[in-house]
Amino acid sequence: MLQKKKKNILELWMKNQLADEGLREDLISNDDLRAQSEELIDSLVTNLSSGNFTDLNSDEWSPVIEILGGIAITRARQGFSPRETGAFVFSLKEALLETLQKEIGDDTKALFTESMKINRLMDNLSVITFETFIKGREEVILRQTDEIAEISTPVIRVWDGILALPIIGTLDSARTQVVMESLLQEIVDTGSSIAILDISGVPAVDSLVAQHLIKTVSATRLMGAECIISGIRPEIAQTVVHLGIDLSNIVTKSTLASALQHAFKVMRLEVKKITPRTN
Amino acid sequence: MDKIPILRMGPFLLVTIQVDLYDRLALTLEADLVQMVQKTSARGVLIDISAVSIVDSFMGRIIGNIASMSKILDAETVVVGMQPAVAITLIELGLPLKGVYTALNMEKGMNLLKSMIDTSGDDEDTDLSDDDISTE
Amino acid sequence: MRIPTCQTMILALSKDTIKVTQEQDVVFLKNRVKEVAVKIKMGLVNQTRLLTAASELVRNMMRYGGGGSCLIEVVSSGRSNGVRLTFTDKGQGIPDIEAAMRDGFSTGKSLGLGLPGTKRLVNEFSIKSKVGEGTTVTIVKWANG
Repeated sequence: MLQKKKKNILELWMKNQLADEGLREDLISNDDLRAQSEELIDSLVTNLSSGNFTDLNSDEWSPVIEILGGIAITRARQGFSPRETGAFVFSLKEALLETLQKEIGDDTKALFTESMKINRLMDNLSVITFETFIKGREEVILRQTDEIAEISTPVIRVWDGILALPIIGTLDSARTQVVMESLLQEIVDTGSSIAILDISGVPAVDSLVAQHLIKTVSATRLMGAECIISGIRPEIAQTVVHLGIDLSNIVTKSTLASALQHAFKVMRLEVKKITPRTN
Repeated sequence: MDKIPILRMGPFLLVTIQVDLYDRLALTLEADLVQMVQKTSARGVLIDISAVSIVDSFMGRIIGNIASMSKILDAETVVVGMQPAVAITLIELGLPLKGVYTALNMEKGMNLLKSMIDTSGDDEDTDLSDDDISTE
Repeated sequence: MRIPTCQTMILALSKDTIKVTQEQDVVFLKNRVKEVAVKIKMGLVNQTRLLTAASELVRNMMRYGGGGSCLIEVVSSGRSNGVRLTFTDKGQGIPDIEAAMRDGFSTGKSLGLGLPGTKRLVNEFSIKSKVGEGTTVTIVKWANG
């Protein structure tokens, strides 16, 4: 029955969508919207005629779910709000119900059962839409997290053979990976024998963060370079001792300047003030 | 059977591992190296692992063994050129290779060995260690 | 009505079983694992972790299990791809898994880092063993995990 009314439903749905004030013409053109809607309705109606209303896990539903998922993910990336994305499915439900009412007319009992079916189906499809929409959003967040992690770990060559890496922000295990990998790679690339890890920008050091630091220092040592940790604030020194973390095998300095001084000493370099010649 | 060549250069022995070691090859290397250290009375062993992409606990143990055995025969061991990925993996595995000296590359490893021999020579008997180096 | 969930499920995308009975097989196995890891664009450090873990487990299998087989799978959790390795042997089995998972425990002459160390290198680790019947160890390493 719905097969025949496909065209009608589509028109009605489009009308609903266009009437919605939440329509984002800046993000999607009417033609694209129509193409999306048509694609979905095509596969939806094919499925409805098969009579399987209930088991969305079955294979025949997978094309519908795929299309819907695709739309939801693209919308998440394009920056649609959840309401706008939801409206896409909800307005279809309205269109379907309206058509149903016109078709069945006075038979309230039949209308009710059919409506319930449609209702339940569309609700489930909405849930799927939202799930995928959120997943799409999460992907965006994950990508940004990766980018931030990469940006926020610059390895600086402060002297020939000395690298410095200022860490700003919380040091979790994912971040440690990035820090460690870029530091070790840079050590290989530049042939530096001393690396200074400055943690003055790290808000707190707990035993986990300390473990990450120790790991980085040990890995640097295995490669044949020395790693100094600098920028240790008094509060951090206090927590480290209170937590019983053993940093005795690591060279630690309170400031980057003193770490650099230590590095110079190890490399047998000296920084001298030039005394201006009199006359 | 495959063998890893051991080169002699002055008071040092050089080993460059170009392939991923399987267990038997590693054991052979350990035996050969210790033999060579004794035969040539070498003062230092340089093991270049820059081409090695995997060091597991067994390989790590072999490297540690070589270092301790050479130490008994009065030779220091320096492992050079470890890849970053290998270093990270070893630490996570729980093998910090304590007692093994490391250097970034052959040149730095050689300098490290020289300085170690110099200072240990100073402590004991300067003439003897100078002699050792000049006669090689 | 059940709603299909697409996140938590791990799907196997490809399968490959390799028998390991002698030392050459170990090299072959490592090469296959590396190929698969490269194919799913696993980073170099993660590749190294996976290969080192595989190396540890294969050695255990050879030493205590008298050889066995390894199932190499490319798996997907929806969000990312990974490699799953399942090592199965019909050896003597491990009487006390809890003890075997402790750092420094070894019945052989090794450092006893094998199992606990391997666990630290991978994202997922599970071990099943029955004395006299054999041992199965499964590990998963995600491409970006």
